[in-house]
Amino acid sequence: MNTLAVKKLAVSVLIVGTFILYALLHNSRSSAAPVALVPATPTSPGAAADTPAATDTGTGNATAAPSPTDTPSTRYKNGTYTGGVADAQWGLVQIKAIIKNGKIADVQWVQYPSDRERSVFINSIADPQLTQEAIQAQSAQVDIVTGATDSSFAFMQSLTDALSQAQA
Amino acid sequence: MRETRLLMGMPITVEVRDPRATRDDLAAVFAYFTSVDETFSTYKATSVISRLNRGELALEDCGEEVRTIFALAEQTRRETHGYFDITRDGIRDPSGIVKGWAIHNAARRLREAGYRDFYVDAGGDIAVSGTKDGAPWRVGIRNPLNRQQNVKVLAVTDRGVATSGTAIRGQHIYNPHDPDTPLLDVLSLTVIGPNVYEADRFATAAFAMGQRGIHFIEELPGFEGYLIDARARATSTSGFERYVLRV
Repeated sequence: MNTLAVKKLAVSVLIVGTFILYALLHNSRSSAAPVALVPATPTSPGAAADTPAATDTGTGNATAAPSPTDTPSTRYKNGTYTGGVADAQWGLVQIKAIIKNGKIADVQWVQYPSDRERSVFINSIADPQLTQEAIQAQSAQVDIVTGATDSSFAFMQSLTDALSQAQA
Repeated sequence: MRETRLLMGMPITVEVRDPRATRDDLAAVFAYFTSVDETFSTYKATSVISRLNRGELALEDCGEEVRTIFALAEQTRRETHGYFDITRDGIRDPSGIVKGWAIHNAARRLREAGYRDFYVDAGGDIAVSGTKDGAPWRVGIRNPLNRQQNVKVLAVTDRGVATSGTAIRGQHIYNPHDPDTPLLDVLSLTVIGPNVYEADRFATAAFAMGQRGIHFIEELPGFEGYLIDARARATSTSGFERYVLRV
């Protein structure tokens, strides 16, 4: 009986411990998501009022920097544009956009929190090597297209019709 | 030789470049997809999976394929922290894993028949083998905001490419940990993996993770990903660039 009680206790501790661990991990991971979002959102709630959001203006070494959130067809001026510092709640971030041939070639972190324990943890999850860009239409010929499945009824009707016409 | 048919509620295209390819070989691939549909379609009342869900069939009587799929689904559920789960409200819908598995099997059959240069594309999830006229196959990533456009062109050989998304069809993936909250942030997530089965199951699970999904793909050895969010921004994994076509 005594061993049973010990077992029960051990199982309880394990379950509670796992839950707490999960909750902590989940919380921190949820916080990691805005890492990708903050630089992309001019109206980010994480952006402090006294500092412009990273992509609002090119306050760095260039004037009249266009917003990377414009439509993909927008052509940008070549150069490197550093955004303002933005508060992402878990720390301050600052972004640099590199424009080549009128397109966003790269987006880099200028400032990224690593001083606090929690931020370090976020850093380890949110790989800083991940890069962002505004999507751009490509004109190169392709053999195959990957995309979310499109099987709405109207689409299938239209496709069926198109295929029947296409049959030689 | 190329042929497209509408099966399993989506266009399926098979192209084989090997000169000795015959119509019969392509027909055999489509026949395989038809048999998979007969077994797994949740839209068909007579399918094995529908009869299982209605309680008319016991799992033991469902045949080897169904048991294989359930085992693979369970394995995927564990590997994705529960983000991949075929059971919702007691109903089992393995569509999320069957598609990639079927494409992978179809490609394997072509390979076993001695073919080298081909692809099998089912609704935008693709098994790519060999080359097209000596160059890698060119795979476009469709713009979820404008389906006439591609936003990336990949150069792919002997890989699987799969995209999960909400763009056109509406919500068909949900977060098992939070089923009632729609996934709106991420429009599409494309995954390149060692084969289409692996790419498809991890694309589906990672999509359900929202913005964090791309980090999940980043952590997977041998996989690369390209995530497009509702702000028309893309986030790619650190090795993704090596698949981007240089023109």
